[in-house]
Amino acid sequence: MKSVEKMKVVNKSVKKIDALALSQGKHLFTGDLTPPNALYIKMLWSPHPHAKIKSIDLSDAEKMPGVKCVLYHGNVPRIPHCTAGQGYPEPSPYDTFMFDTKVRFVGDRVAAVAAETAEQAIDALDAIKVEYELLTPVFDYDEALKEGAPIIHDEKDAFVPIPIPFEPQKNIVAKVGMKVGDFEKGMNEADYTFEQTFETSYAQHCPMEGYISWAQLDPYGRIIITTSTQVPFHTRRIVARTLDIPVQKLRVIKPRIGGGFGCKQEMLLEDVVAMVTLRTKRPAFWALTRDEVFRSGRTRHPMRIKVQFGVKKNGDLSALGLDIINNTGAYGGHGLTVMSCAGSRVIPLYHVENINFDAKSIYTNLPVCGAYRGFGATQAYFAVESMLDVMAEKINMDPLEFRKRIHILTGESHPAFEALGEGKPGTPMNIGSCSLDECINKGANEIGWNKRTPHTAKSGRYRRGLGMSIHMQGSSVPEIDMGAASIKMNDDGSFNLLVGATDLGTGSDTVLAQIAAEELETTVDKFIVYSSDTDMTPFDVGAYASSTTYLSGEAVRKTAEKVKKQILKVGAELLHKKIEEVDVCDAHVVALDGSSKVSYQDIALYSLYENNQFQIAAIDSHITHKSPPPFAAHFVEIEVDTETGKIKVLKYVAAVDCGTAINPQLCEGQTEGALLNGISYALTEEYRFDANGRMTNPSFSSYNIFSMRDKPEIKSIIVPSYEETGPFGAKSVSEISINGAMPAIANALYNATGARIYKAPFTQERVWRAIQETKK
Amino acid sequence: MKKISFLLNGEKKEFEIDPNERLLGLLRRNGYKGTKYGCLEGACGTCTVIMDGKAVDSCMVFAFQAEGREITTIESLDKENEPHEIQKALIEEGAVQCGYCTPGIVLSAKAMFDENPTPDDETIKIQMDGNFCRCTGYEKIWSAMKKISAKHRGDKK
Repeated sequence: MKSVEKMKVVNKSVKKIDALALSQGKHLFTGDLTPPNALYIKMLWSPHPHAKIKSIDLSDAEKMPGVKCVLYHGNVPRIPHCTAGQGYPEPSPYDTFMFDTKVRFVGDRVAAVAAETAEQAIDALDAIKVEYELLTPVFDYDEALKEGAPIIHDEKDAFVPIPIPFEPQKNIVAKVGMKVGDFEKGMNEADYTFEQTFETSYAQHCPMEGYISWAQLDPYGRIIITTSTQVPFHTRRIVARTLDIPVQKLRVIKPRIGGGFGCKQEMLLEDVVAMVTLRTKRPAFWALTRDEVFRSGRTRHPMRIKVQFGVKKNGDLSALGLDIINNTGAYGGHGLTVMSCAGSRVIPLYHVENINFDAKSIYTNLPVCGAYRGFGATQAYFAVESMLDVMAEKINMDPLEFRKRIHILTGESHPAFEALGEGKPGTPMNIGSCSLDECINKGANEIGWNKRTPHTAKSGRYRRGLGMSIHMQGSSVPEIDMGAASIKMNDDGSFNLLVGATDLGTGSDTVLAQIAAEELETTVDKFIVYSSDTDMTPFDVGAYASSTTYLSGEAVRKTAEKVKKQILKVGAELLHKKIEEVDVCDAHVVALDGSSKVSYQDIALYSLYENNQFQIAAIDSHITHKSPPPFAAHFVEIEVDTETGKIKVLKYVAAVDCGTAINPQLCEGQTEGALLNGISYALTEEYRFDANGRMTNPSFSSYNIFSMRDKPEIKSIIVPSYEETGPFGAKSVSEISINGAMPAIANALYNATGARIYKAPFTQERVWRAIQETKK
Repeated sequence: MKKISFLLNGEKKEFEIDPNERLLGLLRRNGYKGTKYGCLEGACGTCTVIMDGKAVDSCMVFAFQAEGREITTIESLDKENEPHEIQKALIEEGAVQCGYCTPGIVLSAKAMFDENPTPDDETIKIQMDGNFCRCTGYEKIWSAMKKISAKHRGDKK
């Protein structure tokens, strides 16, 4: 294995291969490629949070001008499925139908109209007459779990495809528990014990490109779906099930994607566009408006987290308890996995032997939750990392030194890795790489941690505070997720690199080309990268679980290694050498004695046209046996207006260990994007609901995401380590840095004012109230 | 249907429009698809075009309001052999991730630099505030803008 210093392409900030075309506004996105004769689809959404559809009268709507197709529960197959794009069979209930006789949240599907124009489709929606029988809705954690609560999923045909606890009659989507050591004993042995409950809010990913899909028939009657998805292969499988057609009849193409952050790890529009195309033989197009993205798209799970800690005076943790209620909204996709990750991506960070983890996912009549960058860890870190500061103060230890004492180190294992998986036991592993101490040191230095003074030393209206937090995430889902790649060589020594891995704007096409180029000793510009298309590219689970670089990247490296062997064989033949007497260097096969060399172009021409002809090409795939965590230390300086409760973030520092940074600039980009989303989530982002469970702020003007002016000074620091099992030492980077802002800002708020906050986001009112508490 | 004409990327063009149609819809319908659809409420800036020298959200402009105006879309920058210096700076800094917001960012920046080649930090923040980007955290867009401004300042001396 080459050392990182000797690498020529990896660990270099190669420019993103699609950046120029994107900056020129080329027709690269789903909506840019829609056929001109496509029908427009519009959906009639439920205005009620919980109701039975007693009757639907479509007769007027079907006669409206331009209307070509109306879909509702009475004219489509009733097949239970799960919309979450996960490995098969999914650890999620099959509790969703293309259309159902019941609606379960404001924004649930009732009926779809496809017409020649969008206006005609909207007019036809108005002509659909629906009679509802209203049912009592459930919006609250406690209400949902109460004996005799209204049952949200009372249909008989919902089921779980793998044996996981699913109790819809109690509104329970899933339960996960883990007991390690003896929690009670650990609490009894502690010098101090703590218990506190934290709450987080509904939030949306807000990619600039919302949900959008279109379908058309090819000349052979197959349905081609072009869609903005993170999971083309899962989407193909789920649509095939939902429409009751063979997978073979479907092709799913993912063009450039305008951001996803988890919300497109879902089959959300594709069944309807495919069904309309199947029925009408016409191309069919559907894009959600921003309002619909908020109401009917996927969201972040709100959680209520009770955390318990036992700590000794010397700083050792003696017990950790997490009791989580996870609201999945009206349907249960990702319900089990997100709450599992609230444990499995958090607990192993800390040296603690007595653990009690108990989590429930529940249904409510609120918007549907799904995958969101951070995936449960974001919520749990708010609780756990806030409590670490509370404990550090109690034992009179610097929060930074306390964390250094208790965090996991290279070579160590943790019982939680084995105990907690995704719908099955986890995978035991040792930490192969951890530069967390270096992250802490560098971050502390950058923020000026040594100037930190306690809140008791501060006064005046505007008070500044410093806070920090530490984190881990994973890299792929071990023993479950799979990625694959194929590479073929062209006449001029260029290569086609085909990957199922799904670049949703992260730059993974570029990163994967760098990995291939490094292995093949050539340059990134020699690769024509194509992702992802279920007809053309090999399988990949898609872009989620921080898996692409680590998992798909290793699939690419292995494939490139196979191609390299073929190139060496042909090169040796051309140079009249034995294979062990040659190597690859700068797009040539060279004789090790320096006597001769032959270019990749000549090798390609020879193998394709001249002698012993064959196509130099390979395909390979990869699954992982561990999920090596990246690590991060986040630091923030804030200024609090104690009279209004307004928090201004002055500076934010994220130091991240992602193994070898294949492309340092893209790693910084992932870190900065994630951390700002985290700050925005911590301070402003929140769904507000009326008494009917209807979101009241479904727009960018009322759901506040950060803009350029809100941006603090940001510093991202990439701290190297080397993960033996990753391609050229790489781990993941994409999710981890969304986890820091909530706890780090909460800790900084305490440091500024002595006020502790337990509910996010930290709106001015909540902060003001927390400050008032300190005056009592 | 009503006919209007305006100067589009330096050429006089005539279009048939629907009275309710937005400029965004008109442009996309006629192949100017570099102008992206983001929110249709004038908040996100993905549909930014330059109208008479000012960056505007084309979803907030009725098509008929373009009559007689001068409109610049991202496609105008394609006529040159070289990418525009703003595009170059964004690529160089790593400010293009998913790229859906990028054409709008380029045009907002172009309107800013055309009016003031050396904007200060505060001007950059205000001028670019109308363009959301969820991928980058704005840091690399910010540094690209600052570098262009600094370069212009250097050129002046």
